[in-house]
Amino acid sequence: MSVPIHPLAVRAYTVTSALGQGLESHLAALSSGRGGLRQNDFSSAPLACWIGRVDGVEDAALPAAHAAWECRNNRLAWLGLHQDRFLEHALDARQRYGAARVALVLGTSTASIGATEEGYRHLDENGHMPPDLRRPLIHAPHSLAGFVAEALGLEGPCLTVSTACSSSAKVFANAERLIRLGLADAAVVGGVDTLCDSVLFGFNALELVSPEPCRPFDQARRGISIGEAAGFALLERVDAAPDALRLLGYGESSDAHHMSTPHPEGLGAELALRDALARAGLSAEQVDYINLHGTASLKNDEVEAALIARAFPTTTRASSTKGFTGHTLGAAGILEAAFALLAIRHGQVPGNLGCTHPDTACGPQLALQSEQRQVNVALSNSFGFGGNNACLAFGRALA
Amino acid sequence: MSALQVYVEGIGLWSSELGDFAALKAQLAGLPVEPPASRPRAEILPPNERRRAPESVLLAVEVAGQAVAMSGRDARDLPCVFSSTFGDQHISDYMCTTLATTPAELSPTRFHNSVHNAPAGYWTIATGCHASSSAVSASQASLGASLLEAATLCVAEQRPVLLVCSDISGQGPLREMTGTHRSFGIALVLAPAASPQTLVRLDLDLIPHAGEALRPAPATGAWYESNPIAASAWPLMQNLATGEGDCTLAAAETLALRVALETPA
Repeated sequence: MSVPIHPLAVRAYTVTSALGQGLESHLAALSSGRGGLRQNDFSSAPLACWIGRVDGVEDAALPAAHAAWECRNNRLAWLGLHQDRFLEHALDARQRYGAARVALVLGTSTASIGATEEGYRHLDENGHMPPDLRRPLIHAPHSLAGFVAEALGLEGPCLTVSTACSSSAKVFANAERLIRLGLADAAVVGGVDTLCDSVLFGFNALELVSPEPCRPFDQARRGISIGEAAGFALLERVDAAPDALRLLGYGESSDAHHMSTPHPEGLGAELALRDALARAGLSAEQVDYINLHGTASLKNDEVEAALIARAFPTTTRASSTKGFTGHTLGAAGILEAAFALLAIRHGQVPGNLGCTHPDTACGPQLALQSEQRQVNVALSNSFGFGGNNACLAFGRALA
Repeated sequence: MSALQVYVEGIGLWSSELGDFAALKAQLAGLPVEPPASRPRAEILPPNERRRAPESVLLAVEVAGQAVAMSGRDARDLPCVFSSTFGDQHISDYMCTTLATTPAELSPTRFHNSVHNAPAGYWTIATGCHASSSAVSASQASLGASLLEAATLCVAEQRPVLLVCSDISGQGPLREMTGTHRSFGIALVLAPAASPQTLVRLDLDLIPHAGEALRPAPATGAWYESNPIAASAWPLMQNLATGEGDCTLAAAETLALRVALETPA
């Protein structure tokens, strides 16, 4: 069923999370095993948990020209765009192809709902939004992509994907289709999610939040730690950047099982995985590293561990990086795509921070500590509420 | 040759006045039309799910079910794209109100129903669909951008695709920001090639730097102006009802999508 694709070049990419701003800080944290979680100092009312908060978001005010888009989520986007010279790369693509030939596809689950929450905490005496938040643009899911399109001056196809925790993984698939059909020559993809009461108290209500730093795949795991992140990648045809790392394939599927728990046998996850391998023309034996969804929820990790154990040889290495960053929800797809790309570029498999006694469902593939080894092909798994699954495959340019 | 050609095999529609596409055609022909029940029936959902599902899900599932039934396709085989400008505004209003006062009392069910892909989740669960499902948004261009996305998916994968665009009416202080005063949904089943089920062919072309052409017309007070999907869809709906004509939708802030209808001979 899956149509094989021509790989795309990932000319540039960047991420900002609780581990720091830009790729270097992420690589350094993964190498040294230094996590970024802290005790919750964010929510508007006390909630005992650990979070992956980005330092400096509050200081990243938007330029006056973009003031209509002011909110914390867009500040994190703005901060993220300035790392690793990503802004220059995006503007260069606009220059080379023309503004209408560069697509923008961004994933988010929170968008700027934090600003809407703030408005409701400070309604005026007549029950209306306070004057400074009477800005319709930020009270909509498209707030992030609308802002980034304006900030980068892009005029091509522009779409927000909001499929919970698979959002910013699926954007690679949207972009590939647009480029394949000649509707765009390049695409800026990525995603931004920020901490807000909706997700902190929402996951808390579902009893999915751990009181301690999350411990993906550990027998004693107690749930997730919520984080925030921004990340972007610039995709082009391979001939435009022949030496760049590549998007080899992607897979998308639906569990058709339950709104908030995964299929017990990982049916949808496996369909997405097989779809990604088929589009990339790869076999499981060729996969060197998998960045797992690994949220540290009881159910996800059990199901995903069993899938990896049965589908991959012992030579494949796998880990969840959510012990470092927390679960960055709608931004997890792009953040962990960047971890897969870093693993290829630097020959380093990240360790699975927080796990000391792996769940009995885990196979020998789980890398508890970081490892130096050649990585030619890396996958990244992202699974969301509503049974929405995505898997990405990355590799290096052919020698 | 257009950038994209897709073949419409099914059309679903729901507003408080029009219960389906046949009602629209009747209304445009000047015939009397019975308004539908006040809540979309969404008969594809099992009864217990129908009771629990929020209004945004009922509306999306209702129009999706109509379109798929008209196409004669099996919903299990259709990748689906669900589009909404604002998602479930009732849940957003509830959550922001609760979080401002008693955050620890937030309802877990309403939280998991708050995700933008809740309609896609309920739909794929009810129909047993394991194909890809997406939930998208693009502000006032939500209809055009998602039509472009669904047509792209259909042509790139050479598979029929279900597109569902819907917004429920707003509530509370949020409604003053969204300006959405009524519910409306439209769904299309799009196929990559002509078939006996083909109703009409859509020829799609992108027109860049079209900011001027996309400037909204002055308000007239017409019913469709109080819902962002309906406002965008109104010219397309009229063309679908007559099987001809062309119209221009916003696909992004300055990117227009020209949609020309061709009825197969």
